[in-house]
Amino acid sequence: MRRFAQLFTAIDATTSTNAKVAAMAAYFQEAPPEDAAWALYFLAGERPKRLLSSRLLAQWAIAEAKIEPWLFEESYRVVGDLAETIALLIAAGRTTDDSATDTDHNLPLSRWMADRILALRGMDVSQQRNHITSWWRSLDTTGVFILNKLITGAFRVGVSRTLVVRALAQAGEAPAETVAHRLMGSWQPTAAFMRHVLAAHAPSDDHSRPYPFFLASPLEADPAILGPITDWQLEWKWDGIRAQLIRRAGETHLWSRGEDLLTDRFPEVTEAAARLPDGVVLDGELLAFSGGKPLPFAKLQRRIGRKEITRRVLRDAPVVFIAYDLLELDGEDIRTSTLRTRRAHLEEVITDLNSPRLLTSALITADSWPAAAKLRNESRDRAVEGLMLKRLDSPYAVGRTKGDWWKWKVDPYTFDGVMVYAEPGHGRRANLLTDYTFAVWSDDRGGRELVPVARAYSGLDQSEIAELDSWIRRNSTERFGPVRAVSPTQVFEIAFEGIAASDRHKGGVALRFPRIARWRKDKPAAEADTLASLRGLIHGPPPQATLFDNL
Amino acid sequence: MPSAPPHQPLLYNDGRGLFCPAGGFHIDPWAPVPIALITHAHGDHARAGSARYLCSASCAPILKKRLPEGAVIEPVPFGEPIELRSAAGDARTARISFHPAGHIRGSAQIRVEASPAASAASEVWVVSGDYKRQPDPTCEPFEVVPCDTFITEATFALPVYRWEPTDRVVHQIATWWSTNREHGRVSVLFSYALGKAQRILAELDALAARDSAFVWMRESGAHLHGAVVPLTDAYREAGIAMLPTQPVPTDTPARRTKNEYAGQLIIAPPSAAGSPWMRRFGPAASVDTAFASGWMLVRGIRRRRGYDRGFVISDHIDWPDLLETIRETGAKRVLATHGYSETLAHHLRDQGLDAAPLETQYGETEASEPEPEARASTAEGAN
Repeated sequence: MRRFAQLFTAIDATTSTNAKVAAMAAYFQEAPPEDAAWALYFLAGERPKRLLSSRLLAQWAIAEAKIEPWLFEESYRVVGDLAETIALLIAAGRTTDDSATDTDHNLPLSRWMADRILALRGMDVSQQRNHITSWWRSLDTTGVFILNKLITGAFRVGVSRTLVVRALAQAGEAPAETVAHRLMGSWQPTAAFMRHVLAAHAPSDDHSRPYPFFLASPLEADPAILGPITDWQLEWKWDGIRAQLIRRAGETHLWSRGEDLLTDRFPEVTEAAARLPDGVVLDGELLAFSGGKPLPFAKLQRRIGRKEITRRVLRDAPVVFIAYDLLELDGEDIRTSTLRTRRAHLEEVITDLNSPRLLTSALITADSWPAAAKLRNESRDRAVEGLMLKRLDSPYAVGRTKGDWWKWKVDPYTFDGVMVYAEPGHGRRANLLTDYTFAVWSDDRGGRELVPVARAYSGLDQSEIAELDSWIRRNSTERFGPVRAVSPTQVFEIAFEGIAASDRHKGGVALRFPRIARWRKDKPAAEADTLASLRGLIHGPPPQATLFDNL
Repeated sequence: MPSAPPHQPLLYNDGRGLFCPAGGFHIDPWAPVPIALITHAHGDHARAGSARYLCSASCAPILKKRLPEGAVIEPVPFGEPIELRSAAGDARTARISFHPAGHIRGSAQIRVEASPAASAASEVWVVSGDYKRQPDPTCEPFEVVPCDTFITEATFALPVYRWEPTDRVVHQIATWWSTNREHGRVSVLFSYALGKAQRILAELDALAARDSAFVWMRESGAHLHGAVVPLTDAYREAGIAMLPTQPVPTDTPARRTKNEYAGQLIIAPPSAAGSPWMRRFGPAASVDTAFASGWMLVRGIRRRRGYDRGFVISDHIDWPDLLETIRETGAKRVLATHGYSETLAHHLRDQGLDAAPLETQYGETEASEPEPEARASTAEGAN
């Protein structure tokens, strides 16, 4: 663990991405592969199944530190990270020289994981407690912090997956795109896997492995800057789950962009895909869909996270896969050929299949950008988020490569809300009031009151956050644990993507992706919006116009 | 605005500062008053506009640099009692004295002995100002002053705040500078202009004297931002041994092919971070930044502020020393100001002490290590 702790310290001691990548690359080269595999596992954001609850860990730390539980809570609120709070309370100022047993520090990471941390799973709670508290007593501050992170599995240390990939490409012999592909899907942190990741050539041994997704960038400017519209393919931007559908070696695999395996969750889609020819990979969107048009996202949401797919669920929220790209054909990676070519192959594959569950994303025809803009304005009525613009002679790239794929979203809805509550954030926002609740005026006759309708965390810049934090501290009227009620005087313009009636929310509405558009210092609270004006935005039943009229 | 409570304690917040009716004076007032007793020269404790200022003898030269020309400053040696008379026309007096607080050079606790009312028995109150118990070569060490009521700061009053030995942190700073020097990078260390900057310069000098691996630091010296220069001069005039220093010239540097600051240590106030002033040290890739502050103990706060490194070195009292100091004063009642005053009061009440937070306006400028975010709202501190 010593070497891994040193890597963590090196990454943590710089804000330069080059220095972070260099530190990781050196580690991947020097560390034994069985340890490097675990380091990679955590740095790439993977985590083992939960070993024990944070609550238990907190309880044991309170006993170890001999402090009152409320004081632990206060400390946690300021530090904003459980693993760090425990490390500071139990092992503050302790360095390696002070620690009682050197063996804990020197035990390799792979042994820590295999012999100790994963072994906790089979134990009863008192055994778990004995082990963990004895490690807490012997490790130094960084060691305790890392141990807690390994146990809770939330190891985010300020490096993105892209940086990890760059480091692996530097350390090994494979180019970054190959490394990124090898890290897709599910894999086990073993020495063999580590050698495979770093190797120049490796047989593709896993048929389920998806390709890295190509991500579109938001288009903020006028599309005229993209050149003639004839160079572009236009599609609707679907409001579903981005997914990759793989048919190889007689098996079907369905992956989400978050790399969750969804194969069993959407049986209607995987059954239809069983008739695809072998060696085919499709990129597309899962959508709840009925009568030729998408159903609200909430319907699809009910399918996610549901293990048991009953007949009723299938009837209430039938799902289709809308394919918009073809990445592999006859077992061959065709990502470098042009979109024009890939699209032609895609249409052949889907037409041959002839299934109502697997469709192609309709192409939109517009002979000018202003005409496209007009279609984009119909997005809300068509239950889509806007337009996708894809360059016809572009390859299928990796990650958010700018220039070839744009999402041209319809402008969000907005309302003016009054801030009523604030509470501290976590991690980088620890001890800073950054989680806000906004309210609008009720429209009941006799006395107006503020009804909370949205919570938002983002949209302000650092200096606005600082200014608001200072304002909140001076204008708190009440405290409920970490939450502060503030004097209802500050108005913010809140942007959001969608609105639906909800009986689980106090105001009777649920908003999608609310975030702060700007701080309306010019506007008095009395002029904020009302519940009635918000409710007015809720659409009736989806319009009758079908999305596939041009198919 | 708070008014005099009916039972009138010895000291209370009258809206302008901590007021003592028996002696007719205020302690660290934030509005102009006839007589101001100053614990130390940081901006949130020493404000301009009062008719007379009383402070410790070693505080006086620094206070002079911080207050406008012509301010009336009367130095009082540590431990020497003086009598101040009530301004209300009654016969009451208060006996006051200054005692070292160990926060920065000249920083004092103020002991007040008087009767809260004509017929009442006399009481002893101590106002700590800001203080610490860790050794500091630039200032007089903290002295425990027994009292009935102790008014303490609570800037870092949470059990997570425990400082490491200063030597260890100073070694980290020197090693950081040394590594940057080997790579030809500029080391920019942000620290409060009064107190922390000089403490670090003195500690680095002492390290260079005792460890031959760091003797080069004395030859190299450090470069100071303009805000740090006059205060460092004041410390040097008081005989504090520090690394040699030279000011960073204020003129806009011309484009140079060679970075003259490569390998050098720059000390600047945190307000200089991200400002155009930083451009003279070359592209961001050739500069390594660090902040020396107790706030750097929390990883999230350091990452949010975007420094490469955080060195946990504070001029404020940490949690264990705070509890120990309260015990040693023998105080039956504790009033807590700035920072986590409610948390401290709650904890002390759990321990059976009479304790409460006391509303003040301290801790609102960066010079005294407020919460980092408060910085944006005040421009003071870097003068």
